[in-house]
Amino acid sequence: MDPMSLLANLIAATFRVTTPILLAAIGETYSERAGVLNLGIEGTMFFGALIGFFVADRSGSLWIGLLAAILGGILAGLLMALLTVTLGVNQHVSGLSITLLLTGLSLFAFRLNYGNLPVPPKVEVFPPVTIFKDIPFLGVISEQVLLTYITFLVVIPVAWFLLYRTYFGLMIRSVGENPEAADAAGINVYVIRYAALSIGGALMAVGGAVLSLAIAGSFTDQIISGRGWVAIAIVIFGNWNPVRVMWGALIFGGTFALQLMLQAMGLKLPIPYETFLAMPYVVTIIALVIAGRNASYPAALLKPYRRE
Amino acid sequence: MSVIEMKNITKQFGDLVANDAVDFDLQRGEVHALLGENGAGKTTLMRILYGLYKPDSGTIQVDGRPVAIHSPKDAITNGIGMVTQHFALVPPLSVAENVVLGYGSSFIYQKSEVEQKVAEAAQRFGVDVNPTALVRHLSVGQRQRVEILKALYRNARVLILDEPTAVLIPQEVEMLFETLIRLKNEGLAIVFISHKLHEVTQITDRVTVLRDGQAIGTVLAAGVTQSQLAKMMVGRESFGVRRQNTSAAAGECFLEVKGLSANNDKGLPAVKDISFKVKCAEILGVAGVSGNGQKELAETLSGVRKPTAGQVLVNGINVAGCTPTEISAAGVGRVPEDRHEGVVGEMTVYENMALDHMDDFVHRGILDRKRMVRQAEELIAQFQIKARPRDRVRTLSGGNLQKVLLARVLSRNPRLIIVPQPTRGLDIGATDTIRRQLLGQRQRGAAVLLISEDLEEIMALADRIAVMYEGEIAGILPAAEATPEKLGLLMGGGARHTHTEEPRPPVEHAGREVN
Amino acid sequence: MAAKKFTWRLVRTDTPAWWMTPLIPLLALIGTFILTAGLILWSKANPFEAYYYLLIDPLTSRSMVLEMLVSATPLLFTGIAVTVAFTTGYFNIGAEGQLYAGAVAAAGLGMVLGGLPPVLALPIMILGGFAAGMLWALIPALLRVKWGVDEVVTTLLSNSIMAYIVSAILNGPWRNPISGWPQSPDIAASAQFFKLIQRSRLHVGFILALATLVALWFLLTRTSFGMKMRAVGMGKLAARFAGINVDRTVLTAALISGGIAGIAGVSEVAGMQYHLIGALSPGYGYTGIIVATLGSLNAWGVGFAALFFGLVNIGAQNVSGALRVPIFLSNIIQATMLMVALGMFLLKRYRIRRS
Repeated sequence: MDPMSLLANLIAATFRVTTPILLAAIGETYSERAGVLNLGIEGTMFFGALIGFFVADRSGSLWIGLLAAILGGILAGLLMALLTVTLGVNQHVSGLSITLLLTGLSLFAFRLNYGNLPVPPKVEVFPPVTIFKDIPFLGVISEQVLLTYITFLVVIPVAWFLLYRTYFGLMIRSVGENPEAADAAGINVYVIRYAALSIGGALMAVGGAVLSLAIAGSFTDQIISGRGWVAIAIVIFGNWNPVRVMWGALIFGGTFALQLMLQAMGLKLPIPYETFLAMPYVVTIIALVIAGRNASYPAALLKPYRRE
Repeated sequence: MSVIEMKNITKQFGDLVANDAVDFDLQRGEVHALLGENGAGKTTLMRILYGLYKPDSGTIQVDGRPVAIHSPKDAITNGIGMVTQHFALVPPLSVAENVVLGYGSSFIYQKSEVEQKVAEAAQRFGVDVNPTALVRHLSVGQRQRVEILKALYRNARVLILDEPTAVLIPQEVEMLFETLIRLKNEGLAIVFISHKLHEVTQITDRVTVLRDGQAIGTVLAAGVTQSQLAKMMVGRESFGVRRQNTSAAAGECFLEVKGLSANNDKGLPAVKDISFKVKCAEILGVAGVSGNGQKELAETLSGVRKPTAGQVLVNGINVAGCTPTEISAAGVGRVPEDRHEGVVGEMTVYENMALDHMDDFVHRGILDRKRMVRQAEELIAQFQIKARPRDRVRTLSGGNLQKVLLARVLSRNPRLIIVPQPTRGLDIGATDTIRRQLLGQRQRGAAVLLISEDLEEIMALADRIAVMYEGEIAGILPAAEATPEKLGLLMGGGARHTHTEEPRPPVEHAGREVN
Repeated sequence: MAAKKFTWRLVRTDTPAWWMTPLIPLLALIGTFILTAGLILWSKANPFEAYYYLLIDPLTSRSMVLEMLVSATPLLFTGIAVTVAFTTGYFNIGAEGQLYAGAVAAAGLGMVLGGLPPVLALPIMILGGFAAGMLWALIPALLRVKWGVDEVVTTLLSNSIMAYIVSAILNGPWRNPISGWPQSPDIAASAQFFKLIQRSRLHVGFILALATLVALWFLLTRTSFGMKMRAVGMGKLAARFAGINVDRTVLTAALISGGIAGIAGVSEVAGMQYHLIGALSPGYGYTGIIVATLGSLNAWGVGFAALFFGLVNIGAQNVSGALRVPIFLSNIIQATMLMVALGMFLLKRYRIRRS
């Protein structure tokens, strides 16, 4: 294959691979902007993947499956809010127990309904958009499922706009930085956190559903395998700004797609592929050290709010 | 007609009467100071006006109409705005965003439109801020202006400022005063809570003095001297435990502080080149309104804050910058200023009592808890603490907590004892016990450095009194010479400034004459 | 004036009812039962029967009890590791990566220690694993102590980095030459954790875990360092005032925590698998956090919680076999148990008062 088509394929693969983690990362962005570190992201993605698949399979419609995933994600977000906002439970423990719960629940439900089949059950995935297919170079890249288009062209701009150009977004940001000031300004800190966590949960679940409904067409227990933690890294990398998060997600996704492609081509490199994959994480940790001095870190992150 | 009229306001917190039948009125176009020490009731009164507290009795009238103010929202609706000492700002947001926070009516935040409106408001009120700047890049003075703009943007006709100059450097204070005078001339009514006499006489039209929850009087600033105000602010009888002999047979100098300087948490100088001595068998009282560097002084002497300059000579050895353990080893008994932060609430009484010298109880690697409990039992008996060794310390009352901290320190027979704010928030009984302990230590020959916001306590116990004002020692007086007027003057920064003792020449003033 | 009506209110109190604390585990279990009954019914099984097979039946069979102890072993290690860290207020989410670090060390050492007798080889393995776990925990700990960088995210991300390191090693230098699978060569026989009971999987790692539990108890209750750790975790300012070096305490606790998690990895390699594989741990590091929290950060609690989780793991296999309820019920029960217990810990702070 000539270099141009390789590049086109790489870019196409990047968009494909990035979509689910980007959605989850935007969800986590909203949650953290409101002051809650949601470690339940891994479990919520799992849950979304399962519900999307299950409902799509039973109902015959992928979009209804997606809708069900959104609802499931909102429920997951509400549970996290109940634990951390209303009950004031430690955020890391809440998040991890939700991940454990939702992962277990998803696998339980899957096993119950699909038994121990030797071949995983399948659904017809979302078809890619092919109207631009014949354009040279861009045509290859443009063959993405509609959800990818929606993610990059609708979700990102809306997420940015909502956060920076609406009073709702202003409230979220103030609650995550200085809940006392927000409270003094008459904002209900608890309600805003509930809302942010619900939005976040919905996006995380959709991220998972994209994996089962648009990429794999099935559900396995390896379907998420750590992408939730990747999303957390991306949020920091992207400085809690949806547009930067998008670029961060593309970098992580691109690295992943690149090493897949190199492996498929049988290229042997002096350093192991895992170095590429680990590099974005190392950079993120460095970004955290710098961010610690720079006040982008939502100042009230991890602190439950109690009006004394 | 007064803009605000508060009549017969009473507010109690448990046993403490914060406001006792206080009357307060405010005119349009005046700057009215609320003067008093800590605990006088100034902030409580204004919090009632702003809807943060509900008075037990009394009425509030705005423009002659009785109103019920149940929350800050009600206050804002009635045109009342408040700027507190801790700004309610969100640093990463812009000035405009902070100004409209919680005040927007639509869903979409139209950036340029809002910034335009805020810029116009800033111009109209003469408040110098840039709407697009991020608050976190602003200086403290600029942030305060944003807080003022927030209130004015919500159509405040009354502006309450709680100790506004406490966080400002001198140039910013000038700018603030210019802004306030401009606003006053436009008809705004301003309440200025302060304990600083020279500010009060410099910028205000009328002064209401509060003391121990009661309104002592309201005077025209023009017709009063700083010492008169000082006397109103602090003069009263003192009760309770006091020093018996006025001429103490003090011993040699045990603590000498030379040129000590330290910064506060924000990196600004809080202790500025302080020098003083404390002798054996004497109590040196450090008086002053809170926020003048006492906290940082205590922390520096206790080893939890590093000084930026100076020496701390304990029996001749310089311990400035040493760790808490090293300072204790030099014979210094250190008591923390905030008793709740000074103990580990979830740990037991006996554990807290042993916390700073745990290694004394280690025998062959093992912690001997039985011995710790026994020490606790002894101390409980000796200091009459109402607690059992195994009780969780956070269940103890304030007085017993203080006794635990004191016992921990006194059981090692220190030669110097540093006690900041020992009886803050305690009832009479606990207060008397603590004071008796301190006098007993003095009797024993220890040097006692007593830092207290409670002037009555200082006057009752101290042999010599130093007054801290804005990080410096404003003066040190022997107890015999320390009258409430002199102390009040020093505490209010009076004697240091060039204002003379004579009253200012009378100024045109459109308002009722009150005295 | 109307007659006063008595209403019941929830009032925050500092002295919880004495009967709440021991009752909470039982109440949490009952709450979990109620919440999971629906799922069991969905599997077309009887909830009471299911819980019998889950909690009671395994205790009647010798082989299942042994398996329970096997399952509890790594949870004991990670639970202890997390307890040490959390007690000091250091939220070590990186036990999973630290476990793998110890596993790598064990697999590596195990390959070269063939010549030594077990009495030498085993301690070397254990120390090597401890050191490896400690080293892996060092960077996040230093970042926290020196620059105040929050350790939650740094330890979390370091788990992912370690997973890649393991993958690189297994796909590279340690790929099994015979089978070609990403699996390290077996460790020498003398480096293996011997079995405690023949024809079972229970290995000496369990005894080591119990010993570590006793060491935890000793550390927390009988040493001055333990008291310093608790003081720093519960009252940093008071600890600092009392002269405790907060930074040094946190750093030391973080390193010990990493080391113990490393031993968990050694236990799995030397006692269970005898080589390193990518899927060595199904999240023991994360489950350890849940065990530590349920155990209220004390040795007894962690011990019981780990054993309970082991029981639930085996019980779920039992229920799955007997009643065809999917085995993942174990995860659901463990997570629910924690959330209910946490809710109850908080309710403990309130009393019902008449007003």
